[in-house]
Amino acid sequence: MSNNEKPQKTTDLHIGDAVPGCKKKDPMLVIDHVKKTFGGLTAVDVEHLEIPSGVITALIGPNGAGKTTLFNLLTGFDTPDTGAWSFMGTSLSGVPSFKVAQMGQVRTFQLTKALSLLTVIENMKLGAKGQSGESIFRALFPGFWKKQDEDIEVKAMELLKRFKLDTKKDDFAASLSGGQRKLLEMARALMTDPTLVMLDEPMAGVNPALTQSLLDHVISLKGEGMTVLFVEHDMHMVRHIADWVVVMAEGKVVAEGPPETVMKEQAVIDAYLGAHQETDLGEVTGRINIIKGEDK
Amino acid sequence: MKFLLDDTRRRALRIILVALLAVFGGLSVSAPALGDSVGEEYSATVFGNVKIDGEPIAGVRIVVDGGGYTAETVTDSDGRWSIGVPEVRNYNVTLDESTLPEGISVLEGGATQEVEFGLTDRVAKNFFIGEGERNETSIFDQIVSRFIYGINFGLMLGLAAVGVSLVFGTTGLSNFSHGEMVTFGAVAALIFGVGLQLPLFIAIPIAVALSAGLGWSLDAGLWRPLRKKGLGIVQLMIVSIGLSLTMRYIIQFVIGGGTEQLPGFDSPKINLFGAVALSSTDLMSMGLSIVVIIAFAYWLLRTKTGKATRAISDNPDLAAASGIDVDKVIRIVWIMAASLAGLAGVLWAYFRPGIKWDMGTQILLLIFAAVTLGGLGTAFGALIGALIVGVLVEMSGLIIPADLKYVGALVVLIVVLLVRPQGLLGRKQRVG
Amino acid sequence: MDWGSILNNTLAGFLTPTTIAFALAALGLAMHFGFAGLLNFGIAGFMAIGGYGYAISVLTFGLPWWAGMLVGVLGSVVFALILGIPTLRLRGDYLAIATIAAAEIARLLFLTTAFTDVTGSADGLFGFNSRPDGSGFQNSNPIPQGTYGFGPFTYNEQTLWVLVFGLIVLTVAVWFLWALMRSPWGRVIKGIREDEEAVRSLGKNVFAYKLQALVIGGVFGALGGIIYTAAQNISPGVYVTSLTFFIWTSLLLGGAATIFGPVIGAVIFWVIQAFLSNLLPALSTSGILPVSTTQASTLRFVLVGIGLMLLVIYRPQGIFGDKRELTFVK
Ligand SMILES: Nc1ncnc2c1ncn2[C@@H]1O[C@H](COP(=O)(O)OP(=O)(O)OP(=O)(O)O)[C@@H](O)[C@H]1O
Ligand SMILES: [Mg+2]
Repeated sequence: MSNNEKPQKTTDLHIGDAVPGCKKKDPMLVIDHVKKTFGGLTAVDVEHLEIPSGVITALIGPNGAGKTTLFNLLTGFDTPDTGAWSFMGTSLSGVPSFKVAQMGQVRTFQLTKALSLLTVIENMKLGAKGQSGESIFRALFPGFWKKQDEDIEVKAMELLKRFKLDTKKDDFAASLSGGQRKLLEMARALMTDPTLVMLDEPMAGVNPALTQSLLDHVISLKGEGMTVLFVEHDMHMVRHIADWVVVMAEGKVVAEGPPETVMKEQAVIDAYLGAHQETDLGEVTGRINIIKGEDK
Repeated sequence: MKFLLDDTRRRALRIILVALLAVFGGLSVSAPALGDSVGEEYSATVFGNVKIDGEPIAGVRIVVDGGGYTAETVTDSDGRWSIGVPEVRNYNVTLDESTLPEGISVLEGGATQEVEFGLTDRVAKNFFIGEGERNETSIFDQIVSRFIYGINFGLMLGLAAVGVSLVFGTTGLSNFSHGEMVTFGAVAALIFGVGLQLPLFIAIPIAVALSAGLGWSLDAGLWRPLRKKGLGIVQLMIVSIGLSLTMRYIIQFVIGGGTEQLPGFDSPKINLFGAVALSSTDLMSMGLSIVVIIAFAYWLLRTKTGKATRAISDNPDLAAASGIDVDKVIRIVWIMAASLAGLAGVLWAYFRPGIKWDMGTQILLLIFAAVTLGGLGTAFGALIGALIVGVLVEMSGLIIPADLKYVGALVVLIVVLLVRPQGLLGRKQRVG
Repeated sequence: MDWGSILNNTLAGFLTPTTIAFALAALGLAMHFGFAGLLNFGIAGFMAIGGYGYAISVLTFGLPWWAGMLVGVLGSVVFALILGIPTLRLRGDYLAIATIAAAEIARLLFLTTAFTDVTGSADGLFGFNSRPDGSGFQNSNPIPQGTYGFGPFTYNEQTLWVLVFGLIVLTVAVWFLWALMRSPWGRVIKGIREDEEAVRSLGKNVFAYKLQALVIGGVFGALGGIIYTAAQNISPGVYVTSLTFFIWTSLLLGGAATIFGPVIGAVIFWVIQAFLSNLLPALSTSGILPVSTTQASTLRFVLVGIGLMLLVIYRPQGIFGDKRELTFVK
């Protein structure tokens, strides 16, 4: 897909006004009164939030807004002080993180967790669900798992191609570059065939050309019915693929809505985007003029 | 008595010879110092009470034997008896039933029973006689005296534990060789106090200074280069195990497998109140610990290096970024840790009593228990943890057999890890 | 100096019940640490429970030897569960301290005079390998009385029986570990070693896997203790923390994340030990080394310590480990 071709956006997701905490027509995640404090600091304090199904939702907000913490809470990696949330109608409060993942809600980490001393392909195969060879008794006899393992490998190789990692197949993950690790982690998460994939800054450190192709991949995932929730600081990307945007600041949801409208809201501009979002950074700081001056 | 003391000194001189030999690779052949010989007044004591229905029985003959040593006594008018023994080891205690009044005998466990010392030098052995009722009048006294003993032990343990905690806080290393730094202090005091016959108030400071030197050289020669090499914490931990083995067996090489004593280890107990009897060394040991701990607290809270230490424990990268010379602070931490461990070693040598090549290893786990209880990496947590462990170890002897006292503390260690893995004063770490 | 006998005794270190016991225990540690990343410093406790479980069941409960050995193995499973269920959630270094403490608790319980009737306290237990009623391990010895082998590898029928039995157990253990580690199960285990949060985020029950790994490695440790005990009396003085550290040394010698490394490491450890324990006293009696014989034998443990340090610093992957696959990640 080329740059000028706009991806098909899903619209009309909400009921009533697009205000913080508004109801969705078909919510996948419903969050109520989730609060988490660290000592005196309130990291997350979400009154009500619904994440729509089958679409791509972006979670944005300034550094320290509580986005990663919210991810941790929703996926069972941390426990909130109070609050409840449900995933496709099932309550997830107190459900351990691995069960959350088994139910189809899979996340990646902002600080990459590549399994360094496993090869790239092993990393990928680890992601696959329902492997009979992962039970200790069947593991002893390859007859039980050999066939399945081969199928998984084929699937893993397809994804690796997509993520331009196929040539690194047999390298230890430790030898990958920072961006490649990010890619590997995302590909590994996709190996689980998630219903909802939660990506914490997936494209940080990935080069523009590859970002473009991966975004296309994410959009095609949406086409296959997968729901995506991602945290991202790159507004071009958010605008490009998100169907819905949730803005957090100081632990609270301060705005939500379709990307075009939400980014024009004064609260969002004040808290996060800044007044000069459309202008080039060079002009904002005045450095470009100075350089130009020197050139003359 | 005089002769025996001379003998101790002669043997200690031999120890120094061997030590020098080990250090300089000398050529003369020397026998290892083995075995044990102490004065007539031993500080380790087996004691008990012979009573029936609360009535003391006088004149009952009690025999203690074990390790080639035999002694006997008869109970006094209060039914009490007490026998000093040369070593902290197992003994057989026999109650001569023929000396009991008509028709009364030992009901449980037989007339000869084994006693084992826990971590202190006193152990009680009471026989169930007559109707098998245990004498309960002294329970309260026992609680009080064990509590005070526990505090004494805990203070000593605290001196050793803060070092482990500081090192962990600043470098992330769980130092398994800390036990040997404790032994080192005691052995240094032995060499100077007994071998060279220097008075204790000189020998102990020298021992502490040498310990400081050990801390300095370990950091300069081993830990700092390894940090520079970028070894992971698990690797460092195993290096510390290797170091622990190395040091432990070098010490055995030098002082042999027996138990040595420092002068004044057998100073008599002074009856303070109730059943609480402490020797002058106990009192001095407690006083010294408290003074040192206060000085340490001042250092940590008020001085620049102390503050820097805490800053590094909090966040090493941030500390380095804000201009703290991390390597210099870690060097000081090692010196501190080693000197406190050395001092703890001297006190531990009095508390046990005796200096043995594996004495440090014996309390290493209790030190870890203290540190973990307080929260790895928090120095004051380690102190509190040490006091709790000390008191617990001593008090648990009231309920469980003396030789299982250790077990109590270790079980508590595991339980604490379960309930509050970050320890009493520690903090949780960020995930994800 | 009698070089002939030194060489002979050194070679004998290759194959002894102790070497096999060490190999099994080191294999257990490879499962724990090398593959699953669990810092178990309590392997001596697992060995003690295996050995005592066997000895006590035979002596106190009159079980036949094979049932006694099974009890030893079951004992280690229970120990692993009791230890693992609460502590496996802990951070690595806490686990190290918890396991070393648990092993000490086990040892002190075997040592205490409170249970002398059952454990023999400090004296330990004996007379369980051959039973008057014919139910002992040596009673089932199929090898006729006699002397077998050649040179340094000369054994009587009793030792030979322990060796044969031990080698069978070791072979099964090696196969078991190899089969597990090439399977998807092994992949999950290695993933956990690298980063358990990541594995958890992929929907694997990390805790259950760690517990399985702890049990399997613990059973290997117990089997080591059983083989050790099948060759001699049992006493609590053996199962001290130093034993744990010596087994760690064996493991790291061979390579922690390998299948054959632990076995070869145990062999190397004991060959070197046998060599030094013969050489150093001989050097001392012949006056080359200016120390007493007791000191000379102490020296070899000093060398073990130094060796362990050098190994971890300069060759952490062990002699047979993959240079790239260092097991020390964090
Ligand atoms: N374990 C913790 N202990 C103490 N404070 C924490 C912890 N985890 C997060 N915080 C604090 O909570 C706040 C929210 O952190 P969080 O990582 O969720 O931010 P974020 O929105 O993901 O930021 P970024 O965009 O920079 O990734 C921050 O102020 C952070 O310092
Ligand atoms: Mg974040």
